[in-house]
Amino acid sequence: MSTIQPIAGENEQHPDVALVDRVRGGDVSAYDTLVRKYDRQVFRIAQHITQNREDAEDVTQDAFLKAYEKLDQFQGNSKFYTWLVRIAVNESLMRLRKRRTSKMVSIDEDVETEEGSVPRDLADWSPDPEQNYSQTELAEILRRTVQGLPHGFRVVFVLRDVEGLSTEETAEALGLSVPAVKSRLLRARLQLRERLSRYFRRKKSPADGVEK
Amino acid sequence: MTCTEFLALLDDVIDDTVTAAVRSEVEQHMHKCGHCEVVFNTTRKTIEIYRSHEIYELPPDLRERLHTAIMARCKKGC
Repeated sequence: MSTIQPIAGENEQHPDVALVDRVRGGDVSAYDTLVRKYDRQVFRIAQHITQNREDAEDVTQDAFLKAYEKLDQFQGNSKFYTWLVRIAVNESLMRLRKRRTSKMVSIDEDVETEEGSVPRDLADWSPDPEQNYSQTELAEILRRTVQGLPHGFRVVFVLRDVEGLSTEETAEALGLSVPAVKSRLLRARLQLRERLSRYFRRKKSPADGVEK
Repeated sequence: MTCTEFLALLDDVIDDTVTAAVRSEVEQHMHKCGHCEVVFNTTRKTIEIYRSHEIYELPPDLRERLHTAIMARCKKGC
């Protein structure tokens, strides 16, 4: 009878584990490597959540310092990056709360909306829609569009689709259930698609009698 | 398959976490329903565009400044 073989590489240690062990052993230069590995991602996540450049700078610094201070609490049953993202998300939310003193900010904010749950704009897009805009224009369109998402959808989309975390890792980083992440991800993707359609839809030719 | 059933499977098909049989059913539905085909293609393109365009870059000078500040604090024990 055949036995189930372990998948090759399943038990291989993630390279971050060795770096974390070195930091715990007093080798600060190993933390230098971790900071350089993840600083761009932490900055992007902070910028997406706070939507403010200065706040994103502060959050990036605070998140890495907090992770360093709390490294003894890192269990190693999740990836260092997922653990770091969780700290960065919490720091970003704290920063938002400071700015909006009268209003609670959480990743549950605004997720009750029904907008975009059923696709309405069913026009096809141009074959390479981004080619119709300069890099600067395109970046502005993408920024404005993702900023328009409800906060609780935006953060799920950013972690899952932009930063490439798995559904399970996104749930862990945000303290949400897997079904909640899945439901928000679908809504986020559909809302973004709907909003980008305004810019990317295929233009009808003048011969069709429709404005170009 | 109805359009509602298609929509419920959209993410799993995009993320390629469905069986070959389910994928085939979804493809058959899209073959018959132009609207769902557009939703599938444009949703996939939405993700692709966001993945391939950096919209919040960390400029090199800011990166160095942050890095120096973080490491200086860490060396002092935070």
